[in-house]
Amino acid sequence: MAAANELDTVPVIATRRDEAQSALQKIISKGVGWGRKYSLFQYPFVTACCGMEYMSLAMARYDLDRFGAALPRFTPRQADLLLVVGTINVKQAPVLRRIWEQMAEPKWVMAFGVCASSGGFYDNYATVQGIDRIIPVDVYVPGCPPRPEQVIDAIMLLQKKIQDQPHKLMDRQALPLPPGDR
Amino acid sequence: MSKAVIDALVERFPEAVYDPYVGVGGDDCAFVKKDRIPEVCRFLKAERGFDMAPYITAVDYLGQDPRYEVVYNLFATKTNERIRLRVKVPESDCVVPTVTGVWRGADWFERYCYDMYGIRIAGHPDPRRLLMYEEFVGHPLRKDYPLRGRQPLMPEREIKDLFRGPGPSTRD
Repeated sequence: MAAANELDTVPVIATRRDEAQSALQKIISKGVGWGRKYSLFQYPFVTACCGMEYMSLAMARYDLDRFGAALPRFTPRQADLLLVVGTINVKQAPVLRRIWEQMAEPKWVMAFGVCASSGGFYDNYATVQGIDRIIPVDVYVPGCPPRPEQVIDAIMLLQKKIQDQPHKLMDRQALPLPPGDR
Repeated sequence: MSKAVIDALVERFPEAVYDPYVGVGGDDCAFVKKDRIPEVCRFLKAERGFDMAPYITAVDYLGQDPRYEVVYNLFATKTNERIRLRVKVPESDCVVPTVTGVWRGADWFERYCYDMYGIRIAGHPDPRRLLMYEEFVGHPLRKDYPLRGRQPLMPEREIKDLFRGPGPSTRD
């Protein structure tokens, strides 16, 4: 056998972004995440029958307000959480994409029901097979329609995800401009 | 139920209306020659009170010789009579004259027939697609349209999924 390649002995340097953050930034991130996870302003993009289930979820009996996600906004520019409730067909896909692009960072997306998650039983010419082909999705809720408890569970999972994400007080990254707009 | 209407039709248009029968559910049906359908409809509306066309649709009998068929379900609100007229449309001459001059509400039904089956409507005031987008190629309810023939309007993200497999939706 030939001698081991020199590169094989080079130690792997783990430069994860989280580890590079200072202790102060970690505390800030934890606090901002705590604040953000309990004030999810939502934008319900309701296209189909799952909307009925969303209504019961938002009303007094299941009461999303207990989880801090009570306030549906009527413009995506004020929302943090995009709830895609129902079937998205091919004609609607550019609309959904634009809605998502209009939301301010930080933003999260929940696919509510099987149609939004995977197309459901609409395996046909007209339906997008899951909104993750259009926009990135954080939480998927199966069910046709999902029980309110499932959605509450998904909200809690999303809150856990938000808490674990790194947050900054100020994001100094340049805004992404569309190509040809500079 | 409305056998008398069909009998009157056969008597009035002996060369245009043929093969009357009683369909499932008791509706009286008849076949009509393709070029005579506006004339027959105008007679039905003027003299028999069929003032409503609740549903006009099409059928694709793939493999049979007149491949398509346009079905006119008609209703008379005064006398509560229903009849069904069927028009055979061959694939080589896939055009049907419009009946929007008889019932204004036939407009979207005929656009639907064009959109889903590709049966062109001669003389239609607004011959666009009804449901699908303009970029769509083909007619999705034809029997020879591919089962998963998807035509996305915008580029789709690559996703990796255990059940749906890799790649955009154009894969299947």
